[in-house]
Amino acid sequence: MFDLQHTLSSLKNQADWVSLRHVAEKTTFRTIRDEKADRNSISFDQGVMVEVLIEGHFGFAGTSDLSSSGIQRAFAKAVSMAKSAAAHKVHEFSLEHRPLAQGSYRSPVVQPLDSFSAKEITDIFIDATKAMKISDKILSRSATTMIVETSFHSISSSGSEVDQHFSIVSTDFSTTAGAGSETQTRSDSGGLARCLQVGAEVFDRASILERCQRIAEEALELVSADNCPDTTMDLLLAPDQMTLQVHESIGHPLEYDRILGDERNYAGWSFVKPDDFGKLQYGSPLMNVTFDPTIPDALASYAFDDSGHQATKEFLIQNGLLLKGLGGLESQSRLELPGVANFRSASWNRAPIDRMANINLEPGTSKLEDMISSVERGVFMMANKSWSIDDYRNKFQFGCEYAKLIENGKLTKTLKNPNYRGTTVKFWNSLKAVSENRETYGSPYCGKGEPNQVIRVGHTTPYCLFANVEVFGA
Amino acid sequence: MNFTENMKQSFHQVADYLLGQLKNGEQANVNLNAEESLFVRFNGNKVRQNTHVEQRTLGLLLQKEGKTAHVSFSITGQVDEDKKRADFWLSQARKECDLLPEDPYQVPIKNNGTSDNTFKGALLPDEEVISAITRPAQGTDLAGLYCGGPLISANKNSQGQSHWFATENFFMDYSLYHGEKAVKSVYAGTEWNQKDFEANLALSKNQLNLMDRPKRTLKPGAYRTYLAPGAVAEMASMLSWGALSFNAYKQGGSALQKLAEKEKSLSKLLSLRENYGLGLTHRFNSLGELADETLELISAGELKNFMTSSRSAKEYGVPGNAADSYEAPRSLEILPGSLKEQDILKELGTGLYLSNLHYLNWSDRLNARITGMTRYACFWVENGEIIAPIADLRFDENLYDCWGPNLLAITEFQAVDPMVSTYESRSFGGKKVPGMLIKDFKFTL
Repeated sequence: MFDLQHTLSSLKNQADWVSLRHVAEKTTFRTIRDEKADRNSISFDQGVMVEVLIEGHFGFAGTSDLSSSGIQRAFAKAVSMAKSAAAHKVHEFSLEHRPLAQGSYRSPVVQPLDSFSAKEITDIFIDATKAMKISDKILSRSATTMIVETSFHSISSSGSEVDQHFSIVSTDFSTTAGAGSETQTRSDSGGLARCLQVGAEVFDRASILERCQRIAEEALELVSADNCPDTTMDLLLAPDQMTLQVHESIGHPLEYDRILGDERNYAGWSFVKPDDFGKLQYGSPLMNVTFDPTIPDALASYAFDDSGHQATKEFLIQNGLLLKGLGGLESQSRLELPGVANFRSASWNRAPIDRMANINLEPGTSKLEDMISSVERGVFMMANKSWSIDDYRNKFQFGCEYAKLIENGKLTKTLKNPNYRGTTVKFWNSLKAVSENRETYGSPYCGKGEPNQVIRVGHTTPYCLFANVEVFGA
Repeated sequence: MNFTENMKQSFHQVADYLLGQLKNGEQANVNLNAEESLFVRFNGNKVRQNTHVEQRTLGLLLQKEGKTAHVSFSITGQVDEDKKRADFWLSQARKECDLLPEDPYQVPIKNNGTSDNTFKGALLPDEEVISAITRPAQGTDLAGLYCGGPLISANKNSQGQSHWFATENFFMDYSLYHGEKAVKSVYAGTEWNQKDFEANLALSKNQLNLMDRPKRTLKPGAYRTYLAPGAVAEMASMLSWGALSFNAYKQGGSALQKLAEKEKSLSKLLSLRENYGLGLTHRFNSLGELADETLELISAGELKNFMTSSRSAKEYGVPGNAADSYEAPRSLEILPGSLKEQDILKELGTGLYLSNLHYLNWSDRLNARITGMTRYACFWVENGEIIAPIADLRFDENLYDCWGPNLLAITEFQAVDPMVSTYESRSFGGKKVPGMLIKDFKFTL
């Protein structure tokens, strides 16, 4: 391991401010398909991002060459970046945007990842795919895990030092059933949606086999199920679909860099305007949304963002009223609005930008069974499989894997190809019940930024009931 | 020595060293991906962030006693250090092989030949990029990304195969805004020509002027629609989500399943092929296999070939066609038709002219139904005249209709849509597609 402090000491007098961010990340994929080895890979990525402040502009240069000459070359490039853009900068930045930060973070782990071998994981996964083979109509079965071990270590010439270690496990169990020309896929809450900061305790054989048996049964149900009707009715969403609903229609439109227009050429702008904060009734009074990087096992928990801003829980929407957006210190200055600690980079080779972290819907007071009982005719949708929303985050259309019709307060028949569409503010204002219990999911693959960056996001949400939503099938 | 020369020298030394460490019964394939990139992000014709990145990754596929292990690791470009890393990761790959079950569809490593291509570009010096873009764009609200520099892919294996491909390229992917109205363009290539960029920018400014009329809000419904090449490219991108993958087809996940099984058909006007002759990417895949220069995928509306990797070929006992493991096109071409550019508005008559689409996804994969949004310069046209830009619409349409009987005409011209994806690293590849005139294209919201 090269010495970050020693490297910094040779550079720190050559710019107004300099920081070094070393990132090392090991990603392991294990996939078993139909009881046979499929994708097994390990990747190890590491490098350093050098960041300098000169004439009010931050310049960035990343390198995988960790030799002293490599870092010196990156430093010279970072200086060149800052100087060449200083006369064209969007804003005058200063050390206020890189506060003194000292501390560390480590994911909560019950059972260390290295206590569980590749053989033990693949043995469970072979049994998991066996458990899904319950009919000749089952066409394919797969079990996948992505295990990520990441360390971010950053130091700066102003005395900051932050050390953060993340242990992340995502799992995905999936089966496709077919009969005639019909095929239907059912997974364990959506592709890699089960992703948490955990250890090897997540590889619990009994729980995995039970879940795999259930999804295989549900895949078979779907093959002979009716299509979701094309109508307007009450819509009950499970947390494994709510995670996507929150992500796309709350998280992204509240990102300050979208509101500022940085993202316009790629992911898009936002229907939210700076004047909306404190005024816009985003949803019904049952809607309470937080930015919460403090939930222990959620995917995007951390202590500091990449500017050194300490991460704390903040209310974004309270009783349906929009209060605060998702912007780090740079965007907060540019917009003159308060924000959160969410200035994050995907890795050593990208500059940080405003990202979601854990964006959560706070629990309500309803019991799930009472929510179902309250519906005369509606549909209960689970697990996301399709998502699309406009570049202002307004008109959306989402699809789920599995649904149940609700008739006279009871779950009745299974429905295939359930989809719904709506517009963001109208939809959230139709929220009429929120469950008291929540579940945590997330995504390892939220894409954004130029150059592009994927980042991890977590969403802890209750079951939610919405009134009069346009639903449809195939 | 520049980045490319340094990487070429060090890659050969490190790869040869690594392959030289193999023991009896072991075979290996080594890949290099490397880039030296300048990224400049613009907002409001100013610089939001600029970043320089040097990165290099070595991938090792090790085969031993019927087992297969894949490892990849960052390297530095310093030969001695990278040899140490190669030693460590070779030992890790061996451990993986010891622990993993047998790989029933292992593709034997063989010598697929040798190639050596380095294309030197004429890029702007880094320090000139910002002024070359902001000066002619002065007075506009420009947002976007400039990206440029050397990009390398290389491969060697234990059977003597060796491929090297290096290029120097750039793209300026940008939008111009007037309030919420916007137009989109990409200027890309291997030689920056300031006059060409300024001409591209002038075209965008003119198009933005066309947007300077009140927006028309349309009701959902079916409209006669012209999809410009930018919009067609977005639809064609959906074919990379398993639609043309033979493995996905066999696993029940291809959106073209009903086409393959002749339950549905597409228009005879429609032909798609993989075409490496476009010069958008190298022909060798990550195993070093060389694809044919062209591969017919859909010809006159009929599915001719899926993309089939050697692994799928082995699993299902069919011929492969040197597709990479993800079995998606890398250099897709939709063949042109006969609709002349000057006749587009006349043939459209009354309907929608859509320059771009946004955020597409399968809404019903089995029936090849796609949903997405209109974006950027999209207009309402009456009697062959552009009347007004439109408020964005959501569409939900299946390929068996819009690329089937409702496909009225394909333009005689095509446009190159270079790959501008930069997730983790820059990308090779792209598409070349024409525009399409379609009747009853369905909008839902």
